[in-house]
Amino acid sequence: MTAPPAQPPETSPEDVVLRLTDVVKTFPGVRALDGVQLEVRAGEVHCLLGQNGAGKSTLIKILSGAHTPDSGEILWQGQAASFGSPQAAMKAGIATIYQELDLVDGLSVAENLYLGHEPNSAGFVARRQMRRGAAAILQRLGHPEIPAGREVGKLPAAAKQIVSMGRALSREARLLIMDEPSAVLAHDEVQNLFRIVRGLTAQGIAVIYISHRLDEIREIGDRVTVLKDGRTTAANLDAKSTPNRELVSRMTGRTIEYVFPDRPAARAFDGEPLLRVEGLTLPGRFADVSLNVHGGEIVGITGLVGSGRSEVLESIYGARRPSAGTVELAGRRLRRGSVNAAVRSGIGMAPEERKSQALLLAEPIYRNVTLAGFARYARAGFTDAGRERAAAEEITRGLDLRPADVRRPVRTLSGGNQQKVVVGRWLLGETKLLLLDEPTRGVDVGARAELYQVIRRLADEGVGVLLVSSEVPEVLGLSDRVLVMREGRVVREAPADELDEDTVLDLVMAGSLLDGADLSSDAVEGTAA
Amino acid sequence: MSTATEPVDVHDPPRVTTQSWWQREGADNAKRNLALIGVMVVLLIIGMVTAPDIFLDGKNLWNNELTVLTQASSIGVLTVGMTFVMISGGIDLSVGALLALASVWCTTVATQSYGAGAMIFAALVVGAVAGLINGSLIAYGKLVPFIATLAMMLSARGLAQSISGSHTQINRDAFINGFALNKVAGIPIVVLIFLAVVAVGWVLLNRTTFGRRTIAIGGNAEAARLAGINVRLQTVALYVLSGVCCGIAALIVVSQAQSGSNTHGDLYELNAIAAAIIGGTALTGGRGTIIGSLLGVLIFTQITNLFIINNLQLDLQRIINGGIIVVAVLIQQFRVTSFWRKPASS
Repeated sequence: MTAPPAQPPETSPEDVVLRLTDVVKTFPGVRALDGVQLEVRAGEVHCLLGQNGAGKSTLIKILSGAHTPDSGEILWQGQAASFGSPQAAMKAGIATIYQELDLVDGLSVAENLYLGHEPNSAGFVARRQMRRGAAAILQRLGHPEIPAGREVGKLPAAAKQIVSMGRALSREARLLIMDEPSAVLAHDEVQNLFRIVRGLTAQGIAVIYISHRLDEIREIGDRVTVLKDGRTTAANLDAKSTPNRELVSRMTGRTIEYVFPDRPAARAFDGEPLLRVEGLTLPGRFADVSLNVHGGEIVGITGLVGSGRSEVLESIYGARRPSAGTVELAGRRLRRGSVNAAVRSGIGMAPEERKSQALLLAEPIYRNVTLAGFARYARAGFTDAGRERAAAEEITRGLDLRPADVRRPVRTLSGGNQQKVVVGRWLLGETKLLLLDEPTRGVDVGARAELYQVIRRLADEGVGVLLVSSEVPEVLGLSDRVLVMREGRVVREAPADELDEDTVLDLVMAGSLLDGADLSSDAVEGTAA
Repeated sequence: MSTATEPVDVHDPPRVTTQSWWQREGADNAKRNLALIGVMVVLLIIGMVTAPDIFLDGKNLWNNELTVLTQASSIGVLTVGMTFVMISGGIDLSVGALLALASVWCTTVATQSYGAGAMIFAALVVGAVAGLINGSLIAYGKLVPFIATLAMMLSARGLAQSISGSHTQINRDAFINGFALNKVAGIPIVVLIFLAVVAVGWVLLNRTTFGRRTIAIGGNAEAARLAGINVRLQTVALYVLSGVCCGIAALIVVSQAQSGSNTHGDLYELNAIAAAIIGGTALTGGRGTIIGSLLGVLIFTQITNLFIINNLQLDLQRIINGGIIVVAVLIQQFRVTSFWRKPASS
């Protein structure tokens, strides 16, 4: 991995500020990083590319001191380093700007810039010195118009990001890590962000830039390192000249063989659809989404975070209230924005965040299974724990839940088994349509295959399944039909066997920012699919 | 990430399929309540040492403990309602003030003229309506429970003052006064009311869909909502329940003081919250038991009782009560971090 195809000739080893060799990090059941190589030079913008789950976030957390690696070497400015805490990383000169900016809204710009290291004399904050320093930093960033005394909460998103970068400067950072900084910005703001980044690199600061948008990487990046399944699959590619095809294939060429259940051969889904969604719109999230799901059919939606895929699911379920459009189940129109109506008419959902949206972690398994239907086992308001347990046991046996004792608290289960509990919840009643949002997130490889079987079996029994996943192979392998979403719109709908991973990834990542007009203007190939 | 090196944990290791009793459902609560019973035993032993004439004599002990139960009855009823609200993740600061308002409303000359039935009706309805307002502000007005019930606390106390004109309203209804004066099977009626509320509360929390919804929205409101539970309606119902408990507690206080007054129930809300917390109810919701709250109330009252019997100053007792809250919560937090978190890392 150390032979970069297009290394600029002026390289000298002293330029390298950061070098990672064979970094490994495991979490229970997951090998998040499995041998990462990374080399970052002073004054360059080094882009990290990878699908969701490739290990980018874990890598950032190791560099920012939030995690410590299990093995491997980190050389920081020529010396072996291990950052035991975020403070240590900051002290060493590594600053991270997360997607969720960690600014304190109630404090002023100057106070945020110097948060944690306020200039002071004998414990009293030297306010004037701080304001002057803040103004100097903003000047350096080319944004003297941001008032240092203004409350950060009252600033627009772009200005907040500049303050975030200013904070890195106030700490004399030598390396700046930016996690999808453009996600919250409008087009002209992104250009401004790039200007600032170029200003920083001109001062010799190294930048690790993470983005899903290939056109951005081409514009701002110098070199690219690609991660897949926790490994570096390509290091130090030239950001300007490496073709899209190569980047995408480096991100996808699989080593894990997902085991998908057989798709019922050439089954035609026609006739009245079970679910009919027309013109569904949620301002700022997605617009004019129409789709159908037939009984027994698995329909997959894929797209990036922020493409509106989860929001579509939540709107169908009534957890969000769309501003326009209709949802019909088996010919009957559902009330907008009412979970109760959706559940009553036979829709179930396994939400994206299992722990925060679906489970009562301290409660026993059987109570989680019956959460949506314990009233069914009650007589005149009095619950019947015995019947509930028996019903839950039947479901969990069918799902091969381990351990099988349904009185155990759900928090003691592994991720895959917790997901089975969530899915099992909807097998108790007469669920006609199951909405699955990232059903295999945080689920290990073996349990994944089992979940796929369960989902296919449900479909075979006549349940309609609408599935959202950011893992393209999962959507392609499991679904009968696939919808690709980008920036709030469905950009492609096709039977799963007519699409391949590269095509879908191209569609998903084709880098327009807000309007489709940019799509044609950039030189990115292969977006026309 | 080849499958060969991947430490795939397809299934949980078999060791977890067998389970010791202390991991079972409800065992955490049982252990906590056992500890509280231990505290009660310690208090009784202290009583035996410091006041052997009362605590070592069967008849005197019985009478003394009936006194403790009698003194605990009004706050105890409030604590049952408070426990429900706190398990759901809320808090009700208005209970003391609602007790006062209900006590005043049910003892006005006009209400008294209609007899005991009307007085009981008035007390319960006043509590229920105030709870309905609390719950609606929280569930539909999206006010934080602390603020909504703080506002109710101030206004209810003010309304009680304006209705009564800050005068103590003597209760002349013999039936109501009889709650405190009369006994059934040797036990004062107020104690029977208290224990009945505890029993109903226990059944409601542990054996009904109402209780399940309460625990569900306190444990994870978003999960409850996405499972189709009507979280807002349940929230309203919970504050109504707390309000009704205020009405019942008001009747107890009216019978004990033989009067209604806008000063009744002063700081009772804090005592009820303290008792619930000692009993193991989490301020963050999702956890709590009726038995624990009952024991919390009894522990506080027993301490007061010991202080009075030993002629100690009550300011000292307040200091001790404060300390008890801190110690109880510290112990529970220790338990949480040491026993609770470990398996959750997966």
